[in-house]
Amino acid sequence: MTRPRRLALGVVVVAALAAVPRVARTDAELNFLFLVLLSTTLAQSWNIVAGYAGQVNLGHAAFFGLGALTTRTLWIGGTPVLLAMGAGALVATAFALLIGVVAFRLRGAYFAIGTLALGEILRITVGNVLAEISTLPAATIASYRLADRYYLALALAVATLAVVGALGRSRAGLGMQAIREDEEAAEASGVNALGLKLLALALSTALAGLAGGLFAYYHISYYPSHPFGPHWTFDALLITFVGGVGTLHGPVLGAIFYVLLKEYLAVRWVDFHLLIFGALFIGIVLLLPGGLVEAAARLRALAGRRAP
Amino acid sequence: MTAFVQQMVLGLLIGGLYGLAAAGLSLVFGVLKVLNVAHGQLIMLGGYGAFWLGALAGFDPFAALTLVIPGALAFGAVLYWTLFAWVVRASEETRVKNSLLIGFGLALALDALAVRLWTADERSITTSYAGAVVSVGGIAIPLVRLASLVLAGALIGGVHLLLARTRWGRAIRATAEDWEAALLTGIDVRRAYLLAFAIGTALAGAAGTLVSVGYSVSPSIGLEWTLKALVVVVLAGLGSMPGTFVGGLVLGLAEAAAAWGFGGPYREMVGLVLFFVVLVARPQGLFAR
Repeated sequence: MTRPRRLALGVVVVAALAAVPRVARTDAELNFLFLVLLSTTLAQSWNIVAGYAGQVNLGHAAFFGLGALTTRTLWIGGTPVLLAMGAGALVATAFALLIGVVAFRLRGAYFAIGTLALGEILRITVGNVLAEISTLPAATIASYRLADRYYLALALAVATLAVVGALGRSRAGLGMQAIREDEEAAEASGVNALGLKLLALALSTALAGLAGGLFAYYHISYYPSHPFGPHWTFDALLITFVGGVGTLHGPVLGAIFYVLLKEYLAVRWVDFHLLIFGALFIGIVLLLPGGLVEAAARLRALAGRRAP
Repeated sequence: MTAFVQQMVLGLLIGGLYGLAAAGLSLVFGVLKVLNVAHGQLIMLGGYGAFWLGALAGFDPFAALTLVIPGALAFGAVLYWTLFAWVVRASEETRVKNSLLIGFGLALALDALAVRLWTADERSITTSYAGAVVSVGGIAIPLVRLASLVLAGALIGGVHLLLARTRWGRAIRATAEDWEAALLTGIDVRRAYLLAFAIGTALAGAAGTLVSVGYSVSPSIGLEWTLKALVVVVLAGLGSMPGTFVGGLVLGLAEAAAAWGFGGPYREMVGLVLFFVVLVARPQGLFAR
């Protein structure tokens, strides 16, 4: 698809999504789409560091959690939600930069397991310090409107896709991809590897912080350590890889597929989607490193050859 | 004071299991240059193996080891052939990254599978001698855990001798050192990989059995044990089985000290913090020799 056609398609899809709250008969459809949009944002934010800059961050949940914690605290305290979310993103990014300077001394697998440990440290600390469940005040619950959350999720997902789309074509984005392919070679050709990796991490964690804030705004009652749980990282990783790592539309496809499978299977079998996704994920890493996006491209090429 | 010593003794006892858990991971990582983050899930499976052998066939957990270890060896061989044999074909850098991803997918699938098959309940094996305790100067030492520590040490010692003294062990060590050179001297590198992976899985199975008898297993313990094993591997470095055992004991003691000093919830923290600090202080990893 050419770029104008792709943009036009995007506009149509967003317009259709924006109309959903007016036509949806039950909350179930809105909740479902909300989860798709939240997952898209979270996966896409992870994709910036892992897919574009090639650094597998297994502690992504820490930034989602920090965003959620900050937003929730400020918002319940009376701050307007958008402002609170901004603060959440800021806290997540500030922490990421602080950690990034140290963690980026680690390469490859060491970066991955180092960030995994970091995420767990934060989760355990928050679980220890804030052991009480966090529930919205009764007045907030009384005036709770799902559509508000939905529109915010839509806006955030669109903004995330716009940021990653712009990044992919920018000089910085190309530099990140060069680092992903070969860090030494990239540095030798004048790419500031540490700077770009930090930029990727800052963008990624700011978006993850915003996604966390959205979660805090959406969810009525949860344990403060819940958004720090490693499954948020794992969700983002699975969605990105199954969809197509390092692409713009991969995480979108992945999120739709993931939430669809999760919601559909959860009715009958709890956690069964993880079995299927875990197996699918292994297959993709071994046989189809480009994910659904690559599969679609291959099918198209095949169809093109058959019918000239 | 007695309370402190008691804590440290319990820490030492579980530390033996940390060492055993790490030994398998360390062997696989050192030889195949493959980081299997599903190692904790293999421990979990070993624990369930022993549990069901006891519940369905009336096996004593320590006797169950004689079945769990060969079973885990075979399971490790199958896992190697189906998944990791593909990974080791890549260059070393891609190898680590891909193995991380494969291990991760495997961990998710095994977790979900365990919940499906055995529910999310915590289980532990209760034997007739479960409550037996030896008392030394007011310090209580649970016999089962003491036996586990001794067995863990014996198993690690056994693998150490296997690696140090036998022909196959030498082949494995040569492959770990430099697989290309090993290949040139006529060593069957593929077989060394297979053996190392199978032995690593067997060690995980044994660790799981001991966890299920002195402590408890549930489908969600995998990640926790993977992290413990990783911490020990980072502390102890690669290439020495006795060193890994000592590393496990150190982690057990450090955890006990943290729990005593800051309270139980901080037990988990100390290992992770140690891990991160060591990792960052030596970014090439203590792995690098």
